[in-house]
Amino acid sequence: MFDFLDKPLYAEYGGILGAFWVTIELTFFSAIGSLIWGTILAAMRVSPVPVMRAFGAAYVNVVRNIPLTVIIVASSMVLADQLLWTLGGSDSREISFRVAVLGFVAYTSCFVCETLRSGINTVPIGQAEAARALGLTFFQVLRIVVLPQAFRSVIAPLASVLIALTKNTTVTASIAGIEAAGLMAAMIERESDKVMLVFAMFAVGFVILTLPMGMFLGWVAKKVSVKR
Amino acid sequence: MTQQASVLYDAPGPRARQRNVVYTVLFVAAVVAAAWWLLDQLAERNQLDAQNWTPLLEAGVWTDFFLPGLLNTLQAAFLSILIALPVGVLLGIGRLSQHAWIRWPAAVWVEFFRATPVLILMLFARELYRLTGVDTDILPLYAVVTGLVLYNASVLAEVVRAGIVSLPRGQSEAAEALGLRRSQVMTSVLLPQAITAMLPAIVSQLVVIVKDTALGGVVIRFEDVMAQFRPLPTSDYRPSVLATLTAIAVIFLVLNSILTTFANWLEKWLRQRKKGTGTVVTADLMEEQAPGVRLEDTEAGAAGKDKG
Repeated sequence: MFDFLDKPLYAEYGGILGAFWVTIELTFFSAIGSLIWGTILAAMRVSPVPVMRAFGAAYVNVVRNIPLTVIIVASSMVLADQLLWTLGGSDSREISFRVAVLGFVAYTSCFVCETLRSGINTVPIGQAEAARALGLTFFQVLRIVVLPQAFRSVIAPLASVLIALTKNTTVTASIAGIEAAGLMAAMIERESDKVMLVFAMFAVGFVILTLPMGMFLGWVAKKVSVKR
Repeated sequence: MTQQASVLYDAPGPRARQRNVVYTVLFVAAVVAAAWWLLDQLAERNQLDAQNWTPLLEAGVWTDFFLPGLLNTLQAAFLSILIALPVGVLLGIGRLSQHAWIRWPAAVWVEFFRATPVLILMLFARELYRLTGVDTDILPLYAVVTGLVLYNASVLAEVVRAGIVSLPRGQSEAAEALGLRRSQVMTSVLLPQAITAMLPAIVSQLVVIVKDTALGGVVIRFEDVMAQFRPLPTSDYRPSVLATLTAIAVIFLVLNSILTTFANWLEKWLRQRKKGTGTVVTADLMEEQAPGVRLEDTEAGAAGKDKG
């Protein structure tokens, strides 16, 4: 039943497992990048400097209203094709991978930023005021009072962002066939007698990737949530 | 506004204000330097030449490419939400059913389609329609709408469920005390309130749908706004790829900003009006709704609950 998987065209992807591995790699690197850039953006959005707040707000409101597809296609057709950015990649496959990660970071960091910011906003102002009244310094207030509470309330939303990112990596198929959705696009046209099987394989693949992650992190979030 | 940051900072004194001026200068310098570097790179590749951008000002670019594309985008988006909404309501109610044989299939359906990427659903739908001999002109629209409906019905099902769960308990208790049957409690008491509470969330889901149609434009060859990035740069008008993509991004930005503003206004209006319980399923964080995560456990769901 699965003989068709051995075709040389699919072997380029490393088979179905290889394709899903690229999905995982894309998710992993994009997640790390988004966490870093998203945290910087969130820091800007809550900073006391008006210009930084304005920049953070403008970035988030512009980028998150643009379809990810536009961003990924632009990363490939403008950054890679026109500006010849290689980002250290040596062949077209590697370059596609890297500019895609760049695009995912640019987009996903908006949601990381908004999540972190809303986490900080869940901490009642009285908490910080009480801490300051006790004579704690700025960094003590942040480290002992505000951030521990904020962090606990962002676990579930951040998990959702991570899962959305995992699913969003399929948009890479619009610029290069390197990951799971690209392989599915190639496969489903050729195996017209096994459409259901091909769909089921890829859909279940994503369910396996995302559902346990969501359930586990949802459980963790509930466990550590701050009762108010 | 300094209001939102006040959990982190006190009102600045003279020294803090001085420091902020220094930060402002450094930050602006850094942003200008980064922008300069990027523009310099673009100029080097002749991307900023006027002939690449001026074609966008010609009427034909809009009447022949962007506007027909935008019409298709809107058509797909509205069709999707119109079909997804009733399906989502049924699934959402199904998940709250007392009968396990309804509850479980509904739960499996919702979690499965929330976990599957929209692109996978679109590719599958396209192939299914192709094999069943659907007309090739209409096929991309069908595939895009089918993919979006399958995904968004499941997302909306969760919103419906969170909406119903977030209503004050007294609502269903009072209805039951009046002797209404469970189906009556649902259809004449809970559902109308839940749908009202959901309105902002539905409008923001429309933003997600509009953005996802672009995926169909590239991969399924659906003739939406996004799809114009292929024919337009090679047409007689010859704007550059960068200019075309910029225009597409701006079109989406304007469209989605209007929808977002409307959703926020709706949310504020619903919270302030006297009628009803004031329960609102907030529009925030809709996009990241993930499989396995219960909406009412997250901030978005909890926010509605507090006001209930």
